Amino acid sequence: MQTTISSASKTVTIGGDQPFCIIGERINPTGRTAFQEQLRAGDLSQVLVDVDEQIAGGAHVLDVNMGVPLADEPALLAQSIQLVQGKTDLPICIDSSVVEALEAGLAVYQGKALVNSVTCEEDRIEAVLPLVKQHGAAIICLTNGEEGIPVLWEERFEFCKRLVDIVHGKWEIPLEDMVIDVLAMPVGAEPQSAYHFFKTVDAIRSEFDLNITCGASNTSFGMPKRHTLNSTFLAMAAGAGMTSAIMDARSEECVAAVRGSDVLLGKDEYGIGWIGNYRPPAKA
Amino acid sequence: MTHEELLQKLYDETMVGNGPEVIDLTNQGLEDGLTPDQLLFDALIPALEEVGARFERGDWFVPEMLIAGKAMAGALEVLRPLLAATGTETIGKFVMGTVKGDVHDIGKNLVNIMLEGAGFEVIDLGVQVAPEKFVEAVEEHQPDILGMSAFLTTTMPMFKANINALEKAGLRDKVIVLVGGAPVTQEYADAVAADGYAADASAAVKLSKDLIAKQRAKATA
Repeated sequence: MQTTISSASKTVTIGGDQPFCIIGERINPTGRTAFQEQLRAGDLSQVLVDVDEQIAGGAHVLDVNMGVPLADEPALLAQSIQLVQGKTDLPICIDSSVVEALEAGLAVYQGKALVNSVTCEEDRIEAVLPLVKQHGAAIICLTNGEEGIPVLWEERFEFCKRLVDIVHGKWEIPLEDMVIDVLAMPVGAEPQSAYHFFKTVDAIRSEFDLNITCGASNTSFGMPKRHTLNSTFLAMAAGAGMTSAIMDARSEECVAAVRGSDVLLGKDEYGIGWIGNYRPPAKA
Repeated sequence: MTHEELLQKLYDETMVGNGPEVIDLTNQGLEDGLTPDQLLFDALIPALEEVGARFERGDWFVPEMLIAGKAMAGALEVLRPLLAATGTETIGKFVMGTVKGDVHDIGKNLVNIMLEGAGFEVIDLGVQVAPEKFVEAVEEHQPDILGMSAFLTTTMPMFKANINALEKAGLRDKVIVLVGGAPVTQEYADAVAADGYAADASAAVKLSKDLIAKQRAKATA
């Protein structure tokens, strides 16, 4: 299964036969007080700093989230999408839990966006999917519903089946435009969560061959040496069949882990990409 | 084992989160003639306080806090009926819940564990808690503090809705309202007129103790 997303001039393909897709997570003010204050004051300069860092780190797609409390999120998201698209041709993952913000973002977006996200919750589906259809976007679907986020892989897989029934079956969104977010949970608070994550990924890939993503940094919440733990998680998840992740492209360890998994899974033939990225300086 | 040795061992085993051993030591302490109060205030609570302090300094991590809290919760199950019988007052009563529209509960559960570890009685309403449920629970349990958690910018406005519902029911001045969750800030807590905000479980315990102490001082003044 191949999911394509694009900007006005660049297309990125996510798929099992493609290099792991790095969706840069950093253009997001959550937990960043100074950035939030700037945004509320209408200063979007930090957005471009974050964009530069994510691109320099190796991002293929940029997640843009403007979830600032007590601010006009739809306006901020639309503005920052225009700003980012003026700066780079990387496709964007439009990220908001506010439907009006997704709407405003999609309205100004040039190309085929990836929308983040919809869940199994009925009101979310009814609000988000018409927008996705109208703009011909791809959609990240979260494997949780009104009852909460299940730990067991069997239950998450049930949510995935439900998502396929609803998003593809009922709303007729093509399967290739669905990217399933299997939900990475903190392994420090729920010791079996990563095990169930890998099992879910494997089950979804075997049954539907859908593309899979997650917010990878969540895995290491509350732990020391977070980048190392995240990178181990990313490599294992890629091994189980995950094809993309919303992750911090500034982390060399995490980026190297997914690039390494490309080599080991035979997607980076002869490791030519790896060599290009990591060739030591010439000695002559 | 002397009483001092037993209390020291209980303290040590609670800190490292050795659940079965903590229950055994608690039972043994009772058999040896230690009071529930002694076990609680001379071993269990100090252990959790030390865990909280280490966490705050960044020396200890979330899972360590979690297993210490769980170990203590096991001991509390043994002690709670005895403490109730001797009339030992809990530090405070807490009603807790994740707001309507939100199913995230890992952070909330961590806060619950640390609160129980500090000697609070916690009534957890779970996730997707509607305003009328919060009001009902405050009426029924008459807690010192109502804690609300939200993980999404879209569900944070439920804080205000819940506070309004409390006001409407005439309960707002009967309870301290604390808010928390990944996107929540002090500024936001102020904007919705909550009484406080804490960034993590350890800070929540500290803030809760402070606010209750202030309230009780005010009440007796």
